[in-house]
Amino acid sequence: MDAAHTHSHDHGHDDHGHKPSGIMRWVKSTNHKDIGTMYLWFSFCMFLVGGVMALIIRSELFQPGLQIVRPDFFNSMTTYHGLIMVFGAIMPAFVGFANWLIPMQIGAPDMAFPRMNNLSFWLLPPAALLLIAAQFMPGGGAGVGWTMYAPLSTQAGPAMDLTIFAVHTLGISSIMGSINIITTILNMRAPGLTLMKMPLFCWTWLITAYLLVAVMPVLAGAVTMTLTDRHFGTHFFNAAGGGDPVLYQHIFWFFGHPEVYIIAIPAFGVVSQVIPAFSRKPLFGYASMVYATASIAILSFMVWAHHMYTAGMPVEAQLYFMYATVLIAVPTGVKVFNWVATMWKGSLTFETPMLFALGFLFLFTLGGFTGLVLSITPVDVQLHDTYYVVAHFHYVMVAGALFSAFAGIYFWLPKWTGRMYNETLGKWHFWLSLVFFNVTFFVQHFLGLAGMPRRIPDYALQFTEFNMISSIGAFGFGLSQLLFLYVVIKCITSGEKAPDKPWEGADSLEWTHLPTPAPWHSFETPPVIK
Amino acid sequence: MSIKGIKRWAAAGALFFWSFAAWAEYKLNLQTPHTLLGEKIYDLHTIITAICFVIFIGVFGFMFYAVFKHRKSVGHKAAQFHENTAVEVAWTLIPFVILIAMAVPATGTLVTMRDTSEADLTIKATGYQWKWGYDYLKGEGAGISFYSTLSTPRAQIEGTDVAGRNANPNYLLETDNHVVVPVGKKIRILTTAADVIHAWYVPALAVKQDAVPGFIRDTWFKAEKPGIYRGQCAELCGKDHGFMPIVVEVMEPAAYTAWVGSQQKKIAAAKVDPNKSWTLDELKAHGEKVYAQNCVACHQATGMGVPGSFPALSGSKVVDGPKADQIKLLLAGKQGTAMASFKHLSDADLAGVITFTRNNWSNKTGEAVAPAEIKAARN
Repeated sequence: MDAAHTHSHDHGHDDHGHKPSGIMRWVKSTNHKDIGTMYLWFSFCMFLVGGVMALIIRSELFQPGLQIVRPDFFNSMTTYHGLIMVFGAIMPAFVGFANWLIPMQIGAPDMAFPRMNNLSFWLLPPAALLLIAAQFMPGGGAGVGWTMYAPLSTQAGPAMDLTIFAVHTLGISSIMGSINIITTILNMRAPGLTLMKMPLFCWTWLITAYLLVAVMPVLAGAVTMTLTDRHFGTHFFNAAGGGDPVLYQHIFWFFGHPEVYIIAIPAFGVVSQVIPAFSRKPLFGYASMVYATASIAILSFMVWAHHMYTAGMPVEAQLYFMYATVLIAVPTGVKVFNWVATMWKGSLTFETPMLFALGFLFLFTLGGFTGLVLSITPVDVQLHDTYYVVAHFHYVMVAGALFSAFAGIYFWLPKWTGRMYNETLGKWHFWLSLVFFNVTFFVQHFLGLAGMPRRIPDYALQFTEFNMISSIGAFGFGLSQLLFLYVVIKCITSGEKAPDKPWEGADSLEWTHLPTPAPWHSFETPPVIK
Repeated sequence: MSIKGIKRWAAAGALFFWSFAAWAEYKLNLQTPHTLLGEKIYDLHTIITAICFVIFIGVFGFMFYAVFKHRKSVGHKAAQFHENTAVEVAWTLIPFVILIAMAVPATGTLVTMRDTSEADLTIKATGYQWKWGYDYLKGEGAGISFYSTLSTPRAQIEGTDVAGRNANPNYLLETDNHVVVPVGKKIRILTTAADVIHAWYVPALAVKQDAVPGFIRDTWFKAEKPGIYRGQCAELCGKDHGFMPIVVEVMEPAAYTAWVGSQQKKIAAAKVDPNKSWTLDELKAHGEKVYAQNCVACHQATGMGVPGSFPALSGSKVVDGPKADQIKLLLAGKQGTAMASFKHLSDADLAGVITFTRNNWSNKTGEAVAPAEIKAARN
């Protein structure tokens, strides 16, 4: 035993600084930067796949009638667009940021569990393949919505089983990633870097990782019960056997609402790094930002049934969930006020990362306000399952999480690649995204108010004009993202050399203590923080 | 100002007002409510949106002021202040107070919304893939029962009759049978479903309630004005989720009483003599109608089904096999598939549709199934 232990220890030492070449560098990678890069590229590929699905949806909805796809296929597109964007695009994107940045921001050489890090990434491609393969099963993809409500999901074809397995795999990957992040942040900070001195990005990921560990098993439970209902004779969600279809919704949303914050909180973290840097002024209320983030995370466990106001609940429960939901506006407001106060009397410049952060701030807040409208139960009963909800969560997910991810990419790209991106093209990407995003989604508020249900492949004639506008916007938004791909590739291949600290106001360790591009093992010896 | 200038301004002004008129045709808000509760909800939505709008302008007023005045390019030097307990307490407490102000009227409205007691008329709405069934349970008209299916012609949906679609103001929002109710009476709607979850949603009457299989939920409305109000299923329920509308027709009490009378007469007339002996052709003709209402969405008019999702009936082993097996399948449904039980149909309907399928398309069994055989199989 001793000999074996010594041997593996030595072997580990030999590996330092050595990397396999070619494809094996990526397959066997235990380096936080390589794995972060893989997460980000994977996420972008999934973003394109999910985006094509969105464009199929918007093409069918360009005018009334069934023109391009059959209703079954349409339902499958709405389902997998949602699943792929949430689990394949947005979540891995922020895990990619976590991998790249957490060791650099806390003065560590790498993540705490490099091999587990490798596994948690390499579980993603098989899961993505399962989701795509589901489209080719007999009967096509499962048209059950990304929420996979029973008993529609017990009725679906074999594609549902692939989807369930994909969700399991993605969940395992997320849990391992979270354990890694928690351990890294709690154990590997540089001497003197107390928790309350950490960059806010690390704080938001610490909180997010706890949320993930808490709720991914809940989702796994819900889909496992669906699986056993489908094949093994259980009746969890079947009233005829003593079960209850609404039970599924309670379990799903107990995962689903924290999931919203799993996506939003790291986005808050990125924006909290970008806005002070371009305001050349410290974040206004660091401590209150930490407490607000933690409050949002805790409250997110107590509001799940606001997604189910029409499912049938005692009026007392509806009142409770309404009050609890409204309460989330308080810490969220604190965050928005803090960002604005950080900009107040700063010395602002508007490079692409700052533009995306401001786009985030403006549009995420708008999405927050429609969320407040939806939290009021009697109003929600009118708007539930209409396009108003679709507009609301796209303001939070796209203008919120995605814009913040863009802000982060442009912000850290110089540190990651050693090269600057093209500022003019970056700004074009921002303005095109901003305009087309609003063309696509703002009009959907009106559709929802007028009563257009979501997830329908065809609609009554009075909804025609806004659907046309929305579809045009969607194509504009989709094409604008190809510009982003071009900007990133151009930056990597032929961008100007970037200085160690290209942003005047940036103050976290990766800017102040590391050269550009960042070295293979971020900090061989930890910096001392006073 | 020259005459030309005035003309130009007048033209611009006219254009300006015309654009308002044009916008008025677009629906920018909730549908006009036709119940008192709906009006309350409408006002609640207006108030909350207005409060949000004011806060939005305030917060982003600050942000845009900073964006324009505190930028480096105008030479603004960054102050280095941070943290201010008074400000932070204020921006935590003030929103809290505003939220309480929102929650108070919302609570009253919610309690009213959920009070389904003392209804004048109770109707059960059952969601099926993909139509609604209605049973009048209590109040004037109790005993009336019918299905309500989309009546928009397939040609308009599939795009072979685009002109017809464009000329149809109620495209996808029309049904063969309307839910008829009296004006000014409290109508309680019980919702349930036969297969998956559906939702009964009529925006102008301010009701939306999920219909959950195996459970009963309820909601209510009291229409203030006679008229026809249209809604749709709001919960994803499979392939034809977008094609199961709801049409509520609100009538004056006298007209409603007359409608109830006519319905009851229809029921009496439709009561098929259980001892009537049917010929094969009669059963087939009757069955074709039943098929169009219940089966065609999945198994298709061609009897070919949808490969991979819904099996073909033409050339099917079950349909061409022993009739007892087919009767059993229709009465019990098939577990784990979209094939639900159809035991709610009458003996004559089931006998008709089975006879129809066994003697249509490529199926030529030449056998008729009599209503009596269904009756026997039920026991």
